[in-house]
Amino acid sequence: MSEPSPGGRFGDYGGAFVPESLIPACQELDRAFRSAWGEQAFHDQYEQILEEHAGRPTPVTDATRLSERLGVRVLLKREDLTHTGSHKINNVVGQALLARRMGKHRVIAETGAGQHGVATATACAMFGMECVVYMGEVDVERQALNVFRMKLLGAEVRPVASGSRTLKDAINEALRDWVASVESTHYCLGSVTGPHPYPWMVRELQRIVGDEAREQCRRILDGTDPDYVVACVGGGSNAAGTFAGFVDTLARLVGVEPAGGAAVGRGLPGVVHGSRSMLLQDEHGQVSESHTISAGLDYPGVGPEHAHLAAAGRATYVAAEDGEVLDALQLLAVTEGIIPALEPAHAVAWVARAAGTEDLPEGSTVLVTMSGRGDKDAQQVMDILG
Amino acid sequence: MTDDAPGALEAHLRSQRDAGRKLLVPYVTGGLGEHWLEVIEAMTAAGADAVEVGIPFSDPVMDGPTIQEASQRSLDGGATPLGILGSLEGLHVGVPLVAMTYYNLVFRTGHRRFARSLTASRVAGAIVPDVPLEELDDWSRAADDAGVETVLLAAPVTPDDRLARICERSRGFVYGVSVMGITGERQSLAESAAVMAKRLKAVTDKPVLIGFGVSTPAHAVEAAAEADGVIVASALMRRLLDGASPEDLGALVAEMRAALDAG
Ligand SMILES: Cc1ncc(COP(=O)(O)O)c(C=O)c1O
Repeated sequence: MSEPSPGGRFGDYGGAFVPESLIPACQELDRAFRSAWGEQAFHDQYEQILEEHAGRPTPVTDATRLSERLGVRVLLKREDLTHTGSHKINNVVGQALLARRMGKHRVIAETGAGQHGVATATACAMFGMECVVYMGEVDVERQALNVFRMKLLGAEVRPVASGSRTLKDAINEALRDWVASVESTHYCLGSVTGPHPYPWMVRELQRIVGDEAREQCRRILDGTDPDYVVACVGGGSNAAGTFAGFVDTLARLVGVEPAGGAAVGRGLPGVVHGSRSMLLQDEHGQVSESHTISAGLDYPGVGPEHAHLAAAGRATYVAAEDGEVLDALQLLAVTEGIIPALEPAHAVAWVARAAGTEDLPEGSTVLVTMSGRGDKDAQQVMDILG
Repeated sequence: MTDDAPGALEAHLRSQRDAGRKLLVPYVTGGLGEHWLEVIEAMTAAGADAVEVGIPFSDPVMDGPTIQEASQRSLDGGATPLGILGSLEGLHVGVPLVAMTYYNLVFRTGHRRFARSLTASRVAGAIVPDVPLEELDDWSRAADDAGVETVLLAAPVTPDDRLARICERSRGFVYGVSVMGITGERQSLAESAAVMAKRLKAVTDKPVLIGFGVSTPAHAVEAAAEADGVIVASALMRRLLDGASPEDLGALVAEMRAALDAG
């Protein structure tokens, strides 16, 4: 996946639709990231922190029992094994380094499932920076464990009571904070959404997932690439990072959205949170609420590069229902001994459903990104399954 | 439209200003309550030089709790962008109206259709705060063709060269944001307000209005000392949300008018 245009466009999508107050900060961040990302020393520092603190590289696991069950060969990229339990740490370490480079001592973030919030709180603790995390009230409740983890890590969690009280509203509130605090504060956005440079920068900070996985797959698959590469899509950062490693191969790229928040699948072009992308909205342009058991995917928008990959036909976007996601979570648990987070369970759910059909023919090889582990969801899943 | 031929909004504000008057532009959220059209009439009768009409959006990131609540209540009451504009068609207040909304409503409706709907409702100007200079062209082409004046915002962090470009592209007036922050009432006017006004006045002859946090008649006078006038929103909407009548709001606007006239 290539660099966006200077204005941050991926085809028709992207851009920086933000109030004038935020323009200088977005431009400063663009410059800071561009220069840092061009320096070997920055890459070394970023990779060293991820290695020493976060357990990179993460393995690729050959999921033999699941493969036997489904009739396709499943490989799992294990972001669930990182420190803090999800791929979010990759992005956050990069942004924390940038914040320090820009001389910003305060970091704000939004969070849905709480994984990005926990990762941000972790990096801020490591770097000695002040951390405020905005989180919708609904998510504060269903991801209570992560709220407590953030507090233990020294972050302040601010519950958001407006709108649907989920991720979308947490982003609104973080943007409002940032408008008032931009001179001292870095907004550590958690996905490939938001105004330029975020969609591009966050994809680059997550491409380590796809770059590692490509090499690992080639070792396992005798020098070949998987036929399919599958990842769940909320804002789309784990998918973008994964796809970045395979976009130049023949692998088919599949993003799995939640059925109740399928922005690419069921949305229309729109502009929210700073970029033009696909968006669930009504006929007037009011943003719709998404509905899914997965707090991390509960978002009516999606990163602009995914809208572009879909329009260009390079990636396909499918949806998974809550019920099959719960089944997939249990399937992976009993076949592989891995309890995934509800988010990547969407990717497993699609693989389980599509295996043996023309969408995913028998005997295919498929890489699935396990974007996070299920500990945070144990309470919620226990309540649902009884 | 070219710089030499100001539209109706700019012409009106210029002539008021050049006659020695400080400009007062109150805001009302379209569709809020049953009496919002009467609120516009009362504000105009009380001496408003133009009225800003908010077309509520589900996710107003530049707005604080008051305008958020006003927007939500209006939407809960079934307000739609074209419905609000339709209601304005029958209104004859004798001062220009300026629509304030967020870009997705414009984008979804279609640039040309939205611009034509404004013209059909005799709305002279538009403020779309999440469309900065870099993203302006699609909308401004449609707006210019329809004769709608697009007002741009300048912020305290806007660098000088950019400030000049904003003033050049802005139509109707230039909206100086008084403070780094979102809309909402404040105890005192930010020190950045006067700096913002001075910087704008130094680079443009277009009317310069200061908004965000102008909450009292004293604030209005203070902000208008350097600027050509003020925009007042949250202080008025707070009262409307709390049950104030159109007359009450008219009285408040009249107080601000009197304070501005007295200097
Ligand atoms: C484990 C996990 N996967 C995926 C996501 C969704 O984010 P994205 O689509 O940006 O990867 C989240 C978000 O909270 C998450 O916690």
